[in-house]
Amino acid sequence: MKTCLVVDDSKVIRMVARKILEELNFSVVEAEDGKVALEACKSRLPDGVLLDWNMPVMDGIEFLNELRALPGGERVAVVFCTTENDLQHIQDALAAGANEYIMKPFDSEIIQTKFSQVGLI
Amino acid sequence: MNTADFEFLASILKQRSGLVLAPEKAYLLESRLMPVARKFGFAGLPELIVTVRKERPEELLRDITEAMTTNESLFFRDMKPFDQFRNLVVPKLVESRQSTRRIRIWSAAASSGQEPYSIAIILMEMQSLLAGWDVEITATDISVEMLNRARSGLYTQFEVQRGLPIATLVKYFKQVGEKWRLDAGVRSMVKFKEFNLLDDPAALGRFDIVFCRNVLIYFDQQTKAEVLARIAKAMPGDGVLYLGGAETVLGITDRFVPITGHRGMYGIAGGEPALKSA
Repeated sequence: MKTCLVVDDSKVIRMVARKILEELNFSVVEAEDGKVALEACKSRLPDGVLLDWNMPVMDGIEFLNELRALPGGERVAVVFCTTENDLQHIQDALAAGANEYIMKPFDSEIIQTKFSQVGLI
Repeated sequence: MNTADFEFLASILKQRSGLVLAPEKAYLLESRLMPVARKFGFAGLPELIVTVRKERPEELLRDITEAMTTNESLFFRDMKPFDQFRNLVVPKLVESRQSTRRIRIWSAAASSGQEPYSIAIILMEMQSLLAGWDVEITATDISVEMLNRARSGLYTQFEVQRGLPIATLVKYFKQVGEKWRLDAGVRSMVKFKEFNLLDDPAALGRFDIVFCRNVLIYFDQQTKAEVLARIAKAMPGDGVLYLGGAETVLGITDRFVPITGHRGMYGIAGGEPALKSA
């Protein structure tokens, strides 16, 4: 079973994402900001990360930069999932090493498609 | 809606588009025809039905048919057929069409354009292989409204996220307010035409590759067989037909044969398929 780290400061979003991902047969770990997520990654790298942009303590881009610097961190598939839906943010995310990008709101079909595109499904 | 009204509208749809509406889909008539009723100034569906029964106004019949034949469409739907198109079918045709350097592709139920534009994006990415080639993409649909939408190349955030890789979105689309517009160069690769699959496609010419995905499922067996026979006539012996994942030619027509190992792909029976069975 593949693991997915869901990083979002909204508990509701984390719950919805968890439900969708568990139906797709993922083992889900949650984190409410980038710092908590980074600690989780340091103890065990997930196969994929569903990542919000705007969060307290450490935002999504900073987390992504830190993740990519970890040993093996370049192999983790990172899918942004954010309300930042303008072209500039998307380009910045891709430049920072994001594999895919979901513009909220999302549904299970979009998550499934994007996870499939990055090889997680 | 009572049974008589349902059957009346279903018979109109069958006659005009081939679409078979099962009784359990009666709710679709109500949800999809209410906007049509409002457009024509009717208080509701009963008034619309009375007018259709009495006068059969062509414009109204046309809008009813269009509203009922509009199907969802996705970019790179199911991905794999498009991977096969890119990696196997086009390279093979480039080998076999060296003398004419011409490839014609038909997207036979183009709806809002995602399928023909997915094809166009792939071909755009294959420019080095296809330099000096004349590659035509003809996209047809029964619905004028859908064709106009498709021509605009304008899609919602929801639509562009369904199937389109983010790198492709960034490369080929521009953000226009809340929507995304496809690059004019890609749009210009697709020629949209109004066409009813119940008609003879001879006037459209011959096609090396035909995408007719997720539309036959709405037809009865006889209509499926007739549509497939007409498509077969429009293809050379080495042509490739793509159907949807839930569709098949088996038990419907002997004009096409499945290309083994390539789900959803069919060659002309007795022909020499561009793509051999895997």
